[in-house]
Amino acid sequence: MRYLLLICTPEMDDEAQFDQDVVKMNDDYGAFMAEMGPRGVLQGGERLRPTVDATSVRVRDGEVLATDGPFAETKEQIGGYFLVDCADLDEAIEVASKIPGAKGGTIEVRPVWEMEM
Amino acid sequence: MGEVEEAVARAFREEWGRVVATLIRSTGDWDLAEECTQDAFARALERWPADGVPRNPGAWLTTTARNRAVDRLRRGARGAAKERELAMTTDPPPPVDPDDDEDAGVTDERLRLLFTCCHPALPLEARVALTLRTLTGLSTEEIARAFLVPEPTMAQRLVRAKRKIRHAAIPYRVPPGHQLQERLPGVLAVVYLLFNAGYAASTGDALVRTDLTGEAIRLARTLVDLMPDEPEAQGLLALLLLHDARRPARTDAAGELVPLEAQDRSQWVRAGIDEGVELLDSALRRHQPGPYQIQAAIAACHATATTAAETDWVQIAALYAELGRHVPSATVELNRAVAVAMAAGAAAGLAVVDRLEADGALDGYHLLPATQADLLRRLGRHDEAAAAYRRALALDPSAAEVRYLERRLTEVTTDALARRDRAAPRERRWPVA
Repeated sequence: MRYLLLICTPEMDDEAQFDQDVVKMNDDYGAFMAEMGPRGVLQGGERLRPTVDATSVRVRDGEVLATDGPFAETKEQIGGYFLVDCADLDEAIEVASKIPGAKGGTIEVRPVWEMEM
Repeated sequence: MGEVEEAVARAFREEWGRVVATLIRSTGDWDLAEECTQDAFARALERWPADGVPRNPGAWLTTTARNRAVDRLRRGARGAAKERELAMTTDPPPPVDPDDDEDAGVTDERLRLLFTCCHPALPLEARVALTLRTLTGLSTEEIARAFLVPEPTMAQRLVRAKRKIRHAAIPYRVPPGHQLQERLPGVLAVVYLLFNAGYAASTGDALVRTDLTGEAIRLARTLVDLMPDEPEAQGLLALLLLHDARRPARTDAAGELVPLEAQDRSQWVRAGIDEGVELLDSALRRHQPGPYQIQAAIAACHATATTAAETDWVQIAALYAELGRHVPSATVELNRAVAVAMAAGAAAGLAVVDRLEADGALDGYHLLPATQADLLRRLGRHDEAAAAYRRALALDPSAAEVRYLERRLTEVTTDALARRDRAAPRERRWPVA
């Protein structure tokens, strides 16, 4: 069973704070990868650039509308994701709880809609 | 009711949940499990009058329901269905996953079902509904009636919950050790919620509501049987039994709520109190106190007082303080205020309530001004009491509470002069319903 774990965290405006936190964050994610890698649950995952670099695209009446910024202006934004393959929701919850972003942020666990063969 | 119908009714109460749980485990299909269990009971009504009641009704029903499921899957003959059919021909069914032995100590099927129904990934209202539907066999219509929602709404709630179990792969199992401690409170909370829905009912179908308290007690009993080492499960059952024992005295002939202080204690059900107290004692001997044991201890203080005046309010106030340490909450603190008022005088209780009011956590909750009002009344501060009663009435209390508050308001306004003539305000016992 595959799940997309969306890492929703408050975005940091303060660059100095950001630089300080990034070292710790890299360590934390390193530890997470070191645990989950050998376990074989990770299928993919990336860190995303902040929403100031985001573009939203809509097509309306055949016209492409591109606007700057994220889909929704909320305090927490998707800062990254992991695609995992787990036995069931309980395992996905356990993996999600170990993502460093779960502390202070929220991990949204979304089952992948598997296409029937 | 004839002897056979009675046997079927008893089997329904005792076996429904187990049969459904067993079938969900072997087919993985919740709807199929429910429908085939229903069919098995219909068949029992046909066959038992002629063949006699089987020696082991549960086994008869499980086999009949399972055969029915195999038939239906065979007729359905889809690829996935075929696979499940094959899985079912081996008896007992193979474990769902190899880690399953983790819950070997507590493998009763109903417990798996209960933990799955109460999974935190499901909305709370769906957990309650699903527990009732699958474990106790109440119909969708009965559940809808009990929770005062239209039947289609309840049906949709159940459909969505079952769909989520399938699509999000919520596991059908009792969580292993470390997760069990996290999940158990959620299960206990659903059972307690069920009980309260039946107990606190001021509206709705009285009969179904009474059934809810009965079902909650049965579920709590099942939990205690299945998890004998969990003192909180015992605490919950004790709490429910102690509350339920007071039920005959809670309403008068006209259906009005009678406050605890005024209840006819001879109407309390002695056997329920004795069982509750015994369970509580056995739970407390494990020295792992928790919110349900503490609440049961408070209920036991009330239930074992021969008269309202003999209630051990000092202990109750201490228990509320302890409860507040386990589950910090403003409503617990409000209850403590009432107990403090009874133990140490209205002024001491009022000080606690005033602190709560300043805190603001209970803004808009009618019991805050209602409590203030009663304490002010006891202190003879009738004008302030009247103002507080009016604030409480403005916050939309239940019909029974409106009648109580209005009666008190009339007392403090119209009798104010007469009361002021007395040397001291007459001490009245505080109602804790």
